[in-house]
Amino acid sequence: MSRENTLVTAAWVEEHLDDPKVVLVEVDEDTSAYDKGHIKGAIKLDWTTDLQDQVRRDFVNKQQFEALLSERGVANDDTVVLYGGNNNWFAAYAYWYFKLYGHGDVKLLDGGRKKWELDSRELIDEVPGREATSYTASEQDASIRAFRDEVVEAIGTKNLVDVRSPDEFAGRLLAPAHLPQEQAQRAGHIPTAANVPWSKAANDDGTFKSDDDLKQIYSEAGVDWDKDTIAYCRIGERSSHTWFVFHELLDQSNVKNYDGSWTEYGSLVGVPVVLGDEPGSL
Amino acid sequence: MCGATEGGLSLDGVDVAKEAVVQGVVTRGDQPVPNAYVRLLDRSGEFTAEVPTSATGHFRFFAGPGEWTLRTLAPKSETIDKKVVAEIGSVVEVTVSLS
Repeated sequence: MSRENTLVTAAWVEEHLDDPKVVLVEVDEDTSAYDKGHIKGAIKLDWTTDLQDQVRRDFVNKQQFEALLSERGVANDDTVVLYGGNNNWFAAYAYWYFKLYGHGDVKLLDGGRKKWELDSRELIDEVPGREATSYTASEQDASIRAFRDEVVEAIGTKNLVDVRSPDEFAGRLLAPAHLPQEQAQRAGHIPTAANVPWSKAANDDGTFKSDDDLKQIYSEAGVDWDKDTIAYCRIGERSSHTWFVFHELLDQSNVKNYDGSWTEYGSLVGVPVVLGDEPGSL
Repeated sequence: MCGATEGGLSLDGVDVAKEAVVQGVVTRGDQPVPNAYVRLLDRSGEFTAEVPTSATGHFRFFAGPGEWTLRTLAPKSETIDKKVVAEIGSVVEVTVSLS
């Protein structure tokens, strides 16, 4: 993968607004954002109800994902272009999710909804009607999803990249500062993790920095490009953004997103935790 | 929407004693700005959080105690930075006026 295949500009999206094989999909943390206006032709995915199992803490399974995309009118050969608020956090999460289930052509709108709004581009209220399809998903691609045991084993051996804010990393906050401070049982980070907040990869308007800048930022933080990498945050959405940078923009192989992230790790019994600004050791 | 709501966001359901709240409104003239983005930067200038303003131009952060910078981005406007100090158990109200 590379920037040309995975990222599109707002201008590109405007040129493809009437292309029936390009499906715009809005995914926001604030799941009501779509209802306050969206890009013409865009459908909505609600990350809390559409993408999560409503009983267990896990994603919808293959059959549920197939049923979801079939009902929303997404076909296997469609180009799916994801965008959303919060600098594309949840759009990147959905991007990774589409990749997890093997969708062929997925792209991210650079800068997401914010850049679109800051450019004063048009948002409309009309909800498109798309004819149902018969969508077929692949089995989950385990090469891009990390689970807790693998994360514990990665301490001191793989690149662990904690993409939360410095205050969350150090244990001074438990959640991003726009959310109430609750969730994991303990604050802090996984020993040996480098703290590179997701925001280092983006400009103020939400677009990604250049490949050269990105490489320099992670190199300076101690990322060893010859090692496998696991990215994590609080619930796996911001780390999807960093997973996108590593795997899709910088073409790194063996990069996984740990979607359990701090809300799981920080509640595990018996695992090592480090407080403070330094990565720490085992 | 006519005029910015005075008095800030409702704190119903928020345990203010446990939180260090920074909240406020973005205005242009006497009108609220509903499509602005407010970023919360920590004392070293590092990004901590960002929210879009509500239909009434309001925003809120649950910050930690300490010094913070609010950076506001809005269409057709210069970026505005404002420093605030947050404390657990208090609510800091901020008005960001766009030119």
